[in-house]
Amino acid sequence: MARAAVLGRLSWRVADVVDIVEETSTARSLILDVPDWPGHRPGQHVDLRLTAEDGYTAQRSYSISSAPDGGRVELTVQRVEDGEVSPYLVDVVEPGDRFEVRGPVGGYFVWDPDDPAPVLLVAGGSGVVPLMAMIRTRAARGSPAPFRLIYSSRTPGTGVYRQELRVRAESNPGLEVAFAFTRVPSTATDAGRRRVGTDRLRESGWPPDLGPTCFVCGPTGFVESISRLLVDAGHDPARVLTERFGPTGG
Amino acid sequence: MGIVSRGFGGRRSSRAVNLPPGQYLVEDFPVLSAGPTPLVNLGSWTFTVRSETGEAQEWNWAQFLALPHESITVDLHCVTKWSKLGTAWEGVSLDTLLSDVASSAEFVLVSAYGGYTTNLPLEDLLDGKAWVADRYDGEALSPEHGGPARLLVPHLYLWKSAKWVRDIQLLNNDEPGFWESVGYHNYGDPWREQRYWGD
Amino acid sequence: MSDTWVDGNGLAGALRELFAVDITTARGTCVGCGTVGPVAGARVYTRAPGVVARCPGCGGVLFRLVRGPDRAWLDLRGVTCLEIQVPDSG
Repeated sequence: MARAAVLGRLSWRVADVVDIVEETSTARSLILDVPDWPGHRPGQHVDLRLTAEDGYTAQRSYSISSAPDGGRVELTVQRVEDGEVSPYLVDVVEPGDRFEVRGPVGGYFVWDPDDPAPVLLVAGGSGVVPLMAMIRTRAARGSPAPFRLIYSSRTPGTGVYRQELRVRAESNPGLEVAFAFTRVPSTATDAGRRRVGTDRLRESGWPPDLGPTCFVCGPTGFVESISRLLVDAGHDPARVLTERFGPTGG
Repeated sequence: MGIVSRGFGGRRSSRAVNLPPGQYLVEDFPVLSAGPTPLVNLGSWTFTVRSETGEAQEWNWAQFLALPHESITVDLHCVTKWSKLGTAWEGVSLDTLLSDVASSAEFVLVSAYGGYTTNLPLEDLLDGKAWVADRYDGEALSPEHGGPARLLVPHLYLWKSAKWVRDIQLLNNDEPGFWESVGYHNYGDPWREQRYWGD
Repeated sequence: MSDTWVDGNGLAGALRELFAVDITTARGTCVGCGTVGPVAGARVYTRAPGVVARCPGCGGVLFRLVRGPDRAWLDLRGVTCLEIQVPDSG
């Protein structure tokens, strides 16, 4: 665990939306410019607050997907059906819009770029977002830590960052990426096309005796299942770090 | 107030009605919960009223169903600021459930399956102001909304209407419940906007 | 079933309003069962009038946090001890 840092007062800052990347039909990345952004560690998140004209507010947490880069902060948001905030962020927001964020916050689900230990990342759905910040930070910092990502999504079309992950798997030495899909026809024969279970974690992960740090992020049920499998397989529970964002997604 | 986010309205209706201060209208029925939804087996379900001297009266499910039920249509006001109008319930009046209890107590502590508690003045449960409801909108009350049975005290904020109600303890001295002990108002009248301590 | 819990990571902002250090990395001991773990690992219910954090071991309430417009209330009665990392003063 990294040594505790003296933290400044947490305050709301106005973020300007400067660019938007459509990731899938239900997810997009918002690139924000946040004045006086203090920088962040990969895995941290922000609290985001929207305010309606009559003063009504709604607040949610979103993981940061970008590597530290000055005042530029990228959030990737998956639309939650019946949600109140995510449909606004995915369907309504345009470059030039503004809302408030505070952060970065969260010191637990954080990768230390100075730690050379192997890392296993296991993502369920949009749980890949904070893990992407780790992958991007690793590349930006030139970290030699070997990384393996197992990314489970419903279908190939619902996964975010797929193109970037394929490119990085080719060009970033020491990064391996494995996809798994939970809802493709059972006739599919590709080895990747099945749910993440014990076999998949053994084949695409690290053996426990290498002492890897495992980061597992996704819907609550997914994280409960994967973290249990990792501990049952012999991984040190203290090195299986988890972040759960609810029954269906953030 | 923070900066306004263009085009953000939230999930609220703008229908003009007379609501308690600070409330907004919803058409759905939000599910709030402080813990896992307890799955209560009807075969082992009981509801108990216990006086301040320890005298208890208990009903099992069949006995509870046999009590006279009333149909009630009421407005709900949640302290998280949503209100839902014209909700239709069926249940047993607390006047019926408390009619055989000899008591000089002034307060009650309501406990639920799952451990939730809330406190009220006894008089707020009497004179047709409160029910133990087991049906909502013509159907058996679903677990997420408090089934098999929940307290219904519609003139107070909804956290007083304990889901999964299990027993009512009459008390000489007031004892704050789950939310009342951590900042929420001891009484909780929505029309006086009694949300927090000191309101 | 509508057991819509998340974990304590999401409370980092709400707790940083009140504390000078990140509390989600602090390790707490459950009054009910003695389980020791980080606040980040608590089972957190947020669709409620306040936030309720429960022990992943026994389900008992560890702490409750209510945020009013100008005040917050934090009831920690389900935690016997919080081990908090602080900056090294040496």
